[in-house]
Amino acid sequence: MSDLTRRTAAELADALADGSTTSVELTQAHLDRIGAVDGALHAFLHVDAEGALAAARASDERRAAGSPASALDGVPIAVKDVLATKGLPTTCGSRILEGWVPPYDATVVARLRAAGLPILGKTNMDEFAMGSSTEHSAYGPTHNPWDHDRIPGGSGGGSAAAVAAFEAPLAVGTDTGGSIRQPGAVTGTVGIKPTYGAVSRYGLVALANSLDQVGPVTRTVLDAALLQQVIGGHDPLDSTSTTEVLADPVEAARAGATGDLSGLRVGVVAELGGEGYQAGVRQRFDEGVELLRSAGAEVVEVSCPSFVHALAAYYLILPAEASSNLARFDAMRYGIRVMPEQESPSAEDVMRATRDAGFGDEVKRRIILGTYALSSGYYDAYYGQAQKVRTLISRDFAAAFEQVDVLVSPTAPTTAFKLGEKLDDPLAMYLNDLATIPANLAGVPGISVPAGLAPEDGLPVGFQVLAPALADDRCYRVGAALEALLQQQWGGPQTPPE
Amino acid sequence: MAQISADEVRHLADLARIDLSDAELEHLAPQLSVILDAVASISGVAGDDVPPTSHPLPLTNVFREDVVTPGLSPEDALAGAPDAQEQRFAVPRILGDEQ
Repeated sequence: MSDLTRRTAAELADALADGSTTSVELTQAHLDRIGAVDGALHAFLHVDAEGALAAARASDERRAAGSPASALDGVPIAVKDVLATKGLPTTCGSRILEGWVPPYDATVVARLRAAGLPILGKTNMDEFAMGSSTEHSAYGPTHNPWDHDRIPGGSGGGSAAAVAAFEAPLAVGTDTGGSIRQPGAVTGTVGIKPTYGAVSRYGLVALANSLDQVGPVTRTVLDAALLQQVIGGHDPLDSTSTTEVLADPVEAARAGATGDLSGLRVGVVAELGGEGYQAGVRQRFDEGVELLRSAGAEVVEVSCPSFVHALAAYYLILPAEASSNLARFDAMRYGIRVMPEQESPSAEDVMRATRDAGFGDEVKRRIILGTYALSSGYYDAYYGQAQKVRTLISRDFAAAFEQVDVLVSPTAPTTAFKLGEKLDDPLAMYLNDLATIPANLAGVPGISVPAGLAPEDGLPVGFQVLAPALADDRCYRVGAALEALLQQQWGGPQTPPE
Repeated sequence: MAQISADEVRHLADLARIDLSDAELEHLAPQLSVILDAVASISGVAGDDVPPTSHPLPLTNVFREDVVTPGLSPEDALAGAPDAQEQRFAVPRILGDEQ
C-alpha cells in the first residue's frame, strides 16, 4: 500500500504545502487503492478518476502559482451518493434514480470544488439513507473493512468504509438518525453530525428535512474539523442554514489534543447504556469515561427520561416526512419511467408502476408507515404525539446542559453485526439508532470517535459526545482529547487488518 | 397490539401511488404491524400541555431580496427527464376515459 493513503488529511495538507508531494500523486495513490480493494468492499458506487485527476492538476497549478484555494486544496475526498454532483451520477442507492446526472452541485459539493478538493467518487448508502447497514442499497451492500462478512453501518456505510480502508482520507456523509455516527462507530472512524443548520442542505436529496444534516467522515478529529471549515457556514440557498458563526472547530480540536479537560463537566446519559448494550461496548465506553476523568473532567450521571421514547418518535416523524419527500419521484421529471403492461396507461398508472419497480422494501415500508401516521384518524395519536415527545426530548437536553457541558454515551449498542442478520427484521435494525436519534430530534451536534475494540469480537466501538446546539466546538475538543489519550495507550491509531 | 391488515396496506400503498404485488402485501403487512406496535408506546407520553415541535430551529419565514438570479437552462432542467418535448416535460395522459 502506498504510504500516502495511510496519512491523515492534515498530514497530506502539510506534505502538499512543503512540496514533498503533489495533488496528482496523492489522488492517483487513492485511486490505485480504490482499484485494489474496492472490488471486495464496494464502498463506491461511482469512481471519477478522470475528474479527480483533472481537479488535482488544477490544484497543483494553483499551488505552483503560490495561491492554494484552502488549507485542504489538493486533498481528495469521497462524497455520499445522496448529494447532487453536477455531471456525476447521483442515485441515492436507489433504482429509481439509476442513470440520473444532476444539472447542478449541492452547496457542499460546490464548496469542496471551490476549496480545491478532488472528488474521487460517490459512496454507497442505504436507499435514500433509510437503514443502518447499507444493505438496503439497490446496488448491493458495502462490506466492513474490519470483517468483510459484517455491515459497515448505515446509511453512510460507503463513506465510512472508504475512509476506514484508506480509499479516501476524507468523506462527506449525512446524518438523519445516526447515519454518520453509527457507521463511524462500527468502522473505527470519526463522524460528526453538526448542529442542525450548520451545514447547507441545498442539493441534498431530502430524507427528513427537519432531521437531515451533512457532516464530515474522517479518521481523526482534526481532519473532521478541517473539513467542517470547508463545508460549514450559512448558505442563502438553504433557508434553514444558520447565520450564527460557530467557534473555530480546528482550534477546538487542537486544544483538545493537549489532553487537558480541566474544568469540563461531563454527563453520562443514564438512559443510553446498560441493558441492551453489548458488554464490550460498555467496557470500552466506561474506560473512555475514566480517561476523560483522568484528563481533569468532572463526570456525573445525568438522566434524560424522555430519551426512552426517542426511537418511537423518530420512526413516526421520519416516515411522515420521508413519505412526503419521496412523492417527488413520480416518473415525470427525473429518474426512471416504467410503463405498466396495459394499453394507454395514464400518468398515475405509470407513477404506480415506476414507484413499485424503483423503490426497495425498506423505502416502501417507510412510505406506507408515514402515510399511515399522517392519515386522518391516526394523525393525533401518532404524528401529533411524536412531535410533542420531540419537545420533551429537547427539554431533557436543555435541562442536562444546565448541569454539564457535554453528554456522552456509546454511539451504537453493538459492534458491527453480520450481513443479512437483521435484513428482514426492521425493528431490530432500527434499534441500532437508539443512542444517536435524540441528537437529530433536538438538532444538537454529536461526534463519534473510536474507543477501541470490543474484547469479545475484536471489532470497533464508538464513543459519542453530544453538545448544545451551536457548541460543536465542544464535540471537537472532547473528541480530540479522548482520541489523543487513547492513541497514547495504543501507540497509534487502530486500523483494520490488511 | 396494533394490527394492520393486508387490505389496509393496499389502501395506504394506493394513497402513496405504489403498485404492490400480493406477495409484497403479505410480506409487508406483518412487518408494519410489528413496527406500529413498537411506536404505539408513544401515545399518552406527552400531555395536552406539551406543545409540538416540528423543527429544531425556531425559524419563521426567511426571505431573500427580490432580484433576478441565474437558474437552470431549459435544456439542463429537462436533461434528466424520462421524456421531453418542445422544452416541456412529456407525460402520459393525465385524464381518464370518462373525462
